[in-house]
This record gives sequence, structure tokens and C-alpha cells, in this order.
Amino acid sequence: MIVEFGHFFLALALSIFLIQFIIPSLGVKFNSVNMMRIAPFSAYFGFILVFLSFLSLVWAYVTSDFSVSLVINNSHSLKPLIYKISGVWGNHEGSLLLWILILAFYSAAIAYLGKRLPLKLTALVLASQGLISLAFTSFLLFTSNPFIRVFYPSEEGNGFNPILQDFGLAIHPPFLYLGYVGLSVSFSFAVAALFLGKVDTIWVKWVRPWTLIAWIFLTLGIALGSWWAYRELGWGGWWFWDPVENASFMPWLAATALLHSSIVAEKRDTLKAWTILLAIVAFSFSLLGTFIVRSGVLVSVHAFASDPSRGIYILLLLCFFTGGALFLFAKKSPYLRSGSLFQPISREGALIINNIIFSSAAATVLIGTLYPLFVDAISNTKVSVGPPYFEAVFIPLMIPALLICAFSPMISWKRSVLSNLYERIIAIFIISILITSFIIFIYGGSYSAFLGIFLGFWVICGTLYELIIKIGVGKKLDIMYSRILSLPRSSYGMSLAHIGVAIFVIGVTVSSAWKVEIERSISIGEDLFINDYKISFDSYSEVKGPNWIAERGSFTVSKNEKIITVLLPERRFYPASEVTTTEPAIMTNIFADLYIVLGENIDGGNSYGLRAYYSPLLNWIWIGIGFMVFGGITSLSDRKHRLGYLKNKKANLI
Amino acid sequence: MKKVSYYIPLLLFLVLAIFFSIQLLTQKDPSELPSVFIEKKLPNITLDPFEGYEFLSQDMLNNTGNLYLINIWASWCAPCMAEHQYLMELSKSYNITIYGINYKNKLLDAKAFLENYGNPFTAIGRDVSGRESINLGVYGVPETFIVDKYGFIKYRHVGPILEYDINNTILPIIKKLGVEVN
Repeated sequence: MIVEFGHFFLALALSIFLIQFIIPSLGVKFNSVNMMRIAPFSAYFGFILVFLSFLSLVWAYVTSDFSVSLVINNSHSLKPLIYKISGVWGNHEGSLLLWILILAFYSAAIAYLGKRLPLKLTALVLASQGLISLAFTSFLLFTSNPFIRVFYPSEEGNGFNPILQDFGLAIHPPFLYLGYVGLSVSFSFAVAALFLGKVDTIWVKWVRPWTLIAWIFLTLGIALGSWWAYRELGWGGWWFWDPVENASFMPWLAATALLHSSIVAEKRDTLKAWTILLAIVAFSFSLLGTFIVRSGVLVSVHAFASDPSRGIYILLLLCFFTGGALFLFAKKSPYLRSGSLFQPISREGALIINNIIFSSAAATVLIGTLYPLFVDAISNTKVSVGPPYFEAVFIPLMIPALLICAFSPMISWKRSVLSNLYERIIAIFIISILITSFIIFIYGGSYSAFLGIFLGFWVICGTLYELIIKIGVGKKLDIMYSRILSLPRSSYGMSLAHIGVAIFVIGVTVSSAWKVEIERSISIGEDLFINDYKISFDSYSEVKGPNWIAERGSFTVSKNEKIITVLLPERRFYPASEVTTTEPAIMTNIFADLYIVLGENIDGGNSYGLRAYYSPLLNWIWIGIGFMVFGGITSLSDRKHRLGYLKNKKANLI
Repeated sequence: MKKVSYYIPLLLFLVLAIFFSIQLLTQKDPSELPSVFIEKKLPNITLDPFEGYEFLSQDMLNNTGNLYLINIWASWCAPCMAEHQYLMELSKSYNITIYGINYKNKLLDAKAFLENYGNPFTAIGRDVSGRESINLGVYGVPETFIVDKYGFIKYRHVGPILEYDINNTILPIIKKLGVEVN
């Protein structure tokens, strides 16, 4: 019965979204305040309905209701509770319902926090959100209904891919979708601004925090997916330039560009059309990602079971929203009042270079991802584009971005002269070259390693130098103290995020340049030496988990005759799906990761295959991303980004 | 003129949408990955020597007259390990020439792999950077190509060759190309 309620609530939500779209739009057209006021209420109501509908699906999974087709296909009564719940979004239908839930959540949040916005703007933004919700809910209900029952209930479910039974992956989709769908807010704001023909500072002030929220979640979501791939797939790698990884990376690049361009739009009242375009493009990339994953047009390890009719539906949605918004952009944006022109050597100049680089980066990833499709369509042949392409085109693009990142926060707005900067640039250059040379001198390394490490320290030095100047280190303590307190949090947030990027770059460089990889057979009692570590194969046992049985090796890791830890890599067999997975064991510390994967028994006796990876500073990749996210959160907590701030400011004016 | 430039994003998007529609409406299956090179001559690939084993030279690849398989493998690739015994079977029991391209692999690891599991390859070349394999359009390891006696690529197999594949694709194709196998 609960499942039927869920189905009903979803159908009801569909009609609410229709109201959320039509009534406020008409209200704006006929200037009716009462009609516009419908918008927030329908947004709240829509959210509650989708939430109840989602809960009922969760209920079906938790109680293992094997009369629901989706539950039969994706769940199993022996699965641990958390994976029963995460199984809800581990498939096309359920994940789409989660998508809609998050969309409705954002709409409700706009309605709640946007009470102080001009009513027309709120009404149009919510109408646009309503239209997106309407489109996706009808897609879900008419092509991929999650609530369908079967005539003959099944005894047991078909389980689901055991490789997906991992905590990181369980929470990866919700975060990723909070990011993907969060970009719909910027999109709706852009569409509303185009309709109203007005982009002012208030508009930008509202878009920035929403973009920042989406960016934070997107960063976290991508990182969680990558972390899962690292821990679970047993290849020692964390990024594979797979189409679906790219699909999440493109909106991230566009959102990053949008974050930077909106600073210019806010501070200098210019670059508006470009900011609007980025807002449209960022969400379009989200839709494109949805299309790629669910339509089966590209081969990917992540793709959901493909179904052409779904593909066509999403393509129509993509054409309607992206095409429509871009058409509106072409019609309206030439009439947007544009601010002053700018000088090449100025903060805005540097931010524009950032924008050019990030947009080009998104374009190269897009071309690489879709190239197989173009070739196939034109010449009926199949090609594939792999990591070498992306590494060859993407990395060179990031070099100038990092070079500028170090000193652009020191350039003043409007107009600056290079001579003011020479001294600082030379100082950070010398310090970072010295640090890098010292490291390379001790450990050796290639030119590319030198470049990567240098760029990392260059950004760290530049960012710290800028902070030191702002704080006024060397001045009296009380002056420094008051400056530390008065610096806006968004400024600290920026510094943290940039330092995070630098740590990330160093982690990526060092972990790939000094990676040691050993693959061999090993018998119980034998030792394996990797870098300074001795790995001794002590014993071998069979263990039983909740829904798997595993062969587990026990390896003692020691360094200089001192035992450090015991690693327990496993090969798990899941009887429900008859799948074997490897569970690598990882020893991680700030300096290096030691990663071992147990292979098959080789000789029927005591010998097993073993792969071991030693990756120095690999942890810095996650630490760097952590800094970026923390920087984003710090910036979001800034008073002027707080969503209720405008009201207070207005009150002061009156 | 200035106004027209605002239409550029829309136009680019429409081009993209047209490609998507073609792809969807023709209902192709992207997971079938026939090679661009099917029915074409093997492209030139230059490999590095694999010490201690017969070197797979350019001449051997171009020297026609015999059908052969090219297998792209690496010791770090788990599916390669899975298919290895079947490659051994093809080479030892069916007497089929298999050339190996060792893809992005450390020499010592690769050698240890062959010493542990046996060597199915008549000759081996190394592709240290992975760039030569891109010339073949390789998506990932393992991959196997069947080249006929005239030097034309006849078939591309993505992923490991397992027992099923031997009986249902590899051997039938080889037989069709007029080579006797028992």
C-alpha cells in the first residue's frame, strides 16, 4: 500500500509542478502579485510530495518488498541495511527520483530564502525550476516508473553489483546530484534574468552563493566517486577519463569558471552576458551528463542499462532547456547593459584569463568525450579516446591557470601596473624554485615532476604571500590581530581553496612520478620489499561476511625492522550475483600510500598473485580536495554571501 | 554583426544535438567496437625490443603470408591474466602465431609475468608510452586483432579472450580465412 501512496504522490507532484510553472509565469505576464505568490507555496508542496514518494521507495527497499519490480532487480534480502537504502539510487529509476527530490529541495530552498528577493524574480526562477521538475517527473513516470509491481512476487531479489557495495559509493550519488542539480538554480536565475532583461548586482549576489553550494557538493561528489574507484577497483588509480567521469568533470569546470566570472560581474558590473552564458552552460553540462549516462550513446563502465526511448526523451529535454536558454540568450543578452571595459593588467583581466582557460578545458574534455560519437555518426566507424589524449591536452592548459592563480589575487581591480608586482612575483618565484630544487635534488625526478612540484609550491607561496601582506605581518600585534579578524571570510576561503589546488597538484605529480609498482607471486612466509617497506605474507584464511565469503591474506608491513601495521586484502565472492571482487588493503599516511591487492592462488598450494603499489603523497590528492571544499564552505559563511543579507542591508539604507 | 555572435553558442549546441539524434535514431550499439582499421592494412607501428625474447619488428608485422594474432597485454591488467591460459592454448594446441605488444609495462614485471604463466608469443615488442597502440585504436588492455595472410586486419576483440570467445569467434574467423585448425 505504501508503494501505491508513493506512486500517487509522485503523480500529484507532477500536477503541482505544472502549477508552479504556469501560474507564476502568467502572474509575471499580467503583473498579478497573487499569481506570483503561488510560486513559493507550490515549491514547498512539490518538495513535500516528492519527499514522501521517495520515502515510500526507500521503505520498499528496506522491507525487501519483492513485489516491486525495481526492488527485485536491484536488492537482496541479505544486503546490509545501508546498502539496501543506497540501492534505491543505485539504478536508473531510483537515481532519477533522487534527482527530482533534490531539484524540488532546491526549489523549496529558493522559495524559503528568497523571500527578500524582488517577487518577479522569485516567481520566474521558481517557474523555471517548476518546468525542469515537470519535465523530469514526467520522464520518470512515463518511461521509467520506479513503483511498478509485478504479478508474481519474487522470493528473493537479484542483488546488485557487489562492487557498488561500498560506503563511499553509497553516499557518492546524493552528493554528486546535489552538485549537478544545484547548478539548476544558477540556470533558472539566468533564464529569469534574461526574461526580465536585467542583470544587476543583487542578481549576482544571489547567484554566487548558490553556485558555490553546487560547486562544493560537486567537488565532494566527484571526489567520493574517485576515492571509491581508488579503494575498490584495485588498479591503484583514481581517475580514468571515463566518459562518465568526464560528464561530472565538465560541469565542475564550468561551475569553477562561473564562480570566478561572477566575481567580476559583482565587483565591476561587467562580463554579464558571459556569466549568464556560463550559468546556462554549467547546467547544460549536468543535463548532458545525465543524457550520456542514461542513453547509452557512449560506452562507459558506469552507464546504466540503456534504452533508446529514454535516450530520446532526455535528448528532447536537453534540446528544450539548453536550446531554449541559449536562444533566449542570443535574443536578449545583446541588450544587457554592460559596464566598463577593462585593462589587461587588472584583477578582472586575470579572472578573464582564468575563465578562458577553464572554458577551453571544459571544451577539450567535451571534444574528447564526444569525439567517438562524431566519428561514428559521420563515417560509421568506432574510435575511442583514452587518457593519453586528455593528459596531452588538459595538463598544458592547467599550467598557465596555476601560474596566474599564484599572483592574481594580488593584482588590484580596474588598473594595475606590472612593476608593482615584479618584486612579489620574483620573491615567490625564488622561494618556490628553491623548495622544488631541494626536493628534486634529494629524490631525483623528471622535468615534468619538477614542473608539477614547482607549480604547487608557486601557488602555495603566492597565496601565503598575499595573506601575509593583507594581514600585515611585521606590524604591531594588535594591528595584525584586528586585520586577521576584519579580513572577509571569502578572502580566507579563496586562499584555502587555492592552497587546496596546490596540494592536489603536488599529490598528483608526486604520486605518479614516484609510484612503485610490483606484481609477483608470493608464498606464505615470503617477504616482498617495496621502497623502504617490507611486506611479509603471514597467513591466509577464509572469512564470512553478511552476504559474501572471502579469502583473506594477512600481510605484516614493517619498516626498519619495526612492525607498522597488518594489511588484510581480500577476494570476496558474492553468491547472490556469483561475482568475485578484490578488496585492496591500503595503508595510508601523510607521506605515502601502500596499496596491496591479493590475486588468485597460483599453484594450488601456498602461492598467490600479489600486486603492490607504493604511491607517495597520494593522500595529498584527497587532502587538497578537502581544502578546496573547506575553502568553499568558509567563503559561503561570509556575511555578504549569506542568503538573508540583502534584507539587512536594505533595512540599513532606510 | 555583434548581435549575430550571440547566436554562436546556440548554433554549436544544435550541431551537437544533431549528432546525438543521429546516434540515437540509428540505434547503434556503442559497446560493439569494431576497429576503424577493419579490412585495412595494419598501420605502421614501431615497438621497442623486449629483452630476452624474439623482437616483434616492423618486418614481421608487414611480412605477409601467414595469418597471425596481435595481442596487446600488460602484467598489471587482471583480465590479461584471465585470458593468458587461453592464449597459451591458442598458441600451443592450435599452433597459431600470436604476436604480443606489451603495453605500458615495466620490463621486469612483464618478464616475471611470462616466466610465471608461460609465453604464448612468437615475438614481442614493447610499447612503453602506449602511443603506438593508439595508432591501432586500442581502447584498453587486453585487445586482440586477427590479421590475415595479406596483412589486412580482419577482426578486433576487446577484452579478454576466454573459452567461449575461442570457440565462437576466434577459431571460426580463423577457419573462415582459410587456415586449417584442429
